[in-house]
Amino acid sequence: MTLVRTKIGRRSFIRNTGLASGGLVLGFNWLASCKMTPEQVDTLPKEWFDLNGFLKVGDNGLVTIMSPNPEIGQNVKTAMPMIIAEELDVAWKDVIVEQAPLNTDIFTRQLAGGSQSIRQGWESLRMAGATAKHMLKEAAAAAWQVPVAEITVKEGMLMHEASDKSAGFGEMASAAAKLEVPEEVELKDNNSFSIIGTDRKNVDGPKIVTGQPLFGLDVYKEGMLTAMIVHPPAFGMKYKGMKADAVKNMPGIKDVFHFEVYPEGVEKQWSDGGGIPELVAIVGNSTWECMQAKKALEVEWEEDSKLESTSYHDEALAALLETPQEQPARKDGDVEAAFKKAAKIIESTYSAPYLAHNTMEPMNFFAHVTPEKAELLGPIQTPEFLEKTLASRLGMPLEKIDIMMTRMGGGFGRRLYGTFAVEAAAISQKMNAPVKLVYSREDDMTQGTYRPAYKIKYKAGLDENGNLIAWHVRGAGTNDDLVWEHRFPAGAVDNYLAEKHVLQTNVTTGAWRAPRSNFIAGAEQAFMDEVAEASGKDPIEFRLELFDRAINNPVGDPKQNDYDPERYAGVLKLVKEKSNWNGANSGKARGVSAYYCHNSYVAQVLDLEDGGADMPRVDKIWCAVDCGIVVNPLSAKNQVEGGMVDGIGHATYSAMTFTDGKPNQSNYDRYRLIRNMEAPKEVETFFVDNGIDPTGLGEPSLPPVIGALANALYKAKGRRHYSQPFINDKPPIVG
Amino acid sequence: MATFTLNINGKKQEVDVDPSTPVLWVLRDHLNLVGTKYGCGIAQCGACTVHVDGTATRSCMLTVSSVGNQEITTIEGLSENGDHPVQKAWLEVDVPQCGYCQAGQIMTAAALLEKNPNPTDEEIEMAMNGNICRCGTYLRIRKAVKMAANS
Repeated sequence: MTLVRTKIGRRSFIRNTGLASGGLVLGFNWLASCKMTPEQVDTLPKEWFDLNGFLKVGDNGLVTIMSPNPEIGQNVKTAMPMIIAEELDVAWKDVIVEQAPLNTDIFTRQLAGGSQSIRQGWESLRMAGATAKHMLKEAAAAAWQVPVAEITVKEGMLMHEASDKSAGFGEMASAAAKLEVPEEVELKDNNSFSIIGTDRKNVDGPKIVTGQPLFGLDVYKEGMLTAMIVHPPAFGMKYKGMKADAVKNMPGIKDVFHFEVYPEGVEKQWSDGGGIPELVAIVGNSTWECMQAKKALEVEWEEDSKLESTSYHDEALAALLETPQEQPARKDGDVEAAFKKAAKIIESTYSAPYLAHNTMEPMNFFAHVTPEKAELLGPIQTPEFLEKTLASRLGMPLEKIDIMMTRMGGGFGRRLYGTFAVEAAAISQKMNAPVKLVYSREDDMTQGTYRPAYKIKYKAGLDENGNLIAWHVRGAGTNDDLVWEHRFPAGAVDNYLAEKHVLQTNVTTGAWRAPRSNFIAGAEQAFMDEVAEASGKDPIEFRLELFDRAINNPVGDPKQNDYDPERYAGVLKLVKEKSNWNGANSGKARGVSAYYCHNSYVAQVLDLEDGGADMPRVDKIWCAVDCGIVVNPLSAKNQVEGGMVDGIGHATYSAMTFTDGKPNQSNYDRYRLIRNMEAPKEVETFFVDNGIDPTGLGEPSLPPVIGALANALYKAKGRRHYSQPFINDKPPIVG
Repeated sequence: MATFTLNINGKKQEVDVDPSTPVLWVLRDHLNLVGTKYGCGIAQCGACTVHVDGTATRSCMLTVSSVGNQEITTIEGLSENGDHPVQKAWLEVDVPQCGYCQAGQIMTAAALLEKNPNPTDEEIEMAMNGNICRCGTYLRIRKAVKMAANS
């Protein structure tokens, strides 16, 4: 065991009675009222004892564990409580999981983003379990008059072997709850884990498959009104006026009004990113009535700034690729001199369009704002930031604002930007009524906060022996400068130059699953394949040689390099072995790719189906992942598979385009998402078992798969795909 | 507004709504059956799938006035205790990520197996192709449908 001081989130371990008796949890009892399984109802305790903000123990030994972070489908609502349960030493069947409300007194970083929930929660979650276990042991030691060190714990049972005494957690919970939280606790050794590293099913599974209310859109409250918004039809336009009288008289409609989401003086957070400043609200009794009113409403808009089209973004990004950066992001050696003496030079440009997040559950939020307090409930990745914005927008102190998170019907970064919750609160305040704001699919797809459009140009030089001697990358994105200058192959090439540019546009952008990496990995790994081919070397061997260079004789300050070349090479070697890369393979068109992001390493080998299809289907992917300790392999594999389906789908089929500022796609009839028949036939995932503390998992499998797909497509079709979506990247018509 | 008597999950339910209201919003806003999800409103994503006389149907474009006496089954009525073979297979395979689309996926799968108890891989993919899963759980969906078929 490792003795650790409970320094992380020290204040988390001050017992907080507010959680059990505070207004939000009991007064806002929506989630808790979800139907429990018959077994849970049968065994509910008469009394709960709060040992720290993360968990409470029932008098019968049942344990309720709060899952602190928002659940967007990354399955932290199962994994985070598993980590607590591991250190507590309670049987998983005796655990009830609840979604914690926003509570900055107890929890730190209640955020879903950057694949960081498990990585950054790891230590404090373990301590939450370990401190509670220690308090239960102390209570037993006092009751039995024996030294605490002689007490052992297994699956919710406290035991003292010498005196043959034993008791369940429930018997000691009341006494334990009166004890001080220990200053130091022992954490388990990795090799004694019995819950971490085992397959555990999604704790919300039974509710999901029976259609019980879980999501923001499912919230219904007594007296609640429904609200919808109308936003400008094009980026670069703003509200001018409207004729609302007739619509106000439509059946079920309560009010129609124009409002400012962020009036002057409101202190915005980064999470208010892509919001539209002025909107029209339609408030009524039901969703369908609001939708009808929305159709009938005539709003006048006026031009506010340039109306941009996709052709403009393309041309402006292309122009930036021809423009040197005044102060390059990184410069090692002299690329120009190296290109002059290179035996071969390879040069390619890659591009990708804007993408919408398209969470299956459109944006929505419930708000009930009264002069006394604000209650909010809904799907959001950044509740802590929302609370701050609301305090400023509503003119209320933080303690009068209660925020609860529902399960989210997808996030992918979109719900980092909680403008919809601010809108719901503003509408509720104006109506002086509980309101659920609902975006239509069209509202959701056309309001912005997109994955930026990108272009990137690579130039590589090889010497006469096929060694990489120069690498030049210049990238540009809309509202984003794209290039990670210290990532691979930085540090592995003597002459290296990274340059980056931003094209400012009024089409709003934001983080989209694996920001930047979701484009740059595919481009870089496709280009790496071109360079490997030109060198005459095997694509995996070519990459491994570069990692060897970064391991043995790194260029520049190795601390500057944002990757660990040994772990990078490790996943490549693993996938090489598992896919039988060097052996007699299936003869199918095959591509390889590897990438590092969100502190984790992923390598893939991808086979395409045979056949002359315009866009051949993926037959199989072998995927090697180094994300340190895997908390729940069952759901970890689900994340890895889903990330790859997501990457393949968007790179192949999806795009948001614009004409004079107006989105050309507003629903799934024109915005194509990958479907069942287009998803890979088979996936095999392999995790590196290295005992390192866990790193990111929700995002890292997505970026490299686009490179693996591009490289396999080249083998299948004999030409490279440079422009996403690949389905539109047709060969030029000759003749 | 008009009064409609609907046969939902084996119960007669009376609603007073505009005749153009889609069944999706009648279920969600008027009958508090929120398991049926709104995804696109134009029958492209499948999140709103219910059974109408046993056939998988998109409830977002099915007006309440067109239903008549037909039997509507929603995810809440697929089984009494959540133990329909498809629901059990979904749990066993641990299909969901965010879970939002899964009620629609399950309803489509259950209707498929009702008509074709032993579908081929191709038939499963074809039947499930109308249901988008943004999290990309398609591989597990196929596996769960197969498991349910074999149970």
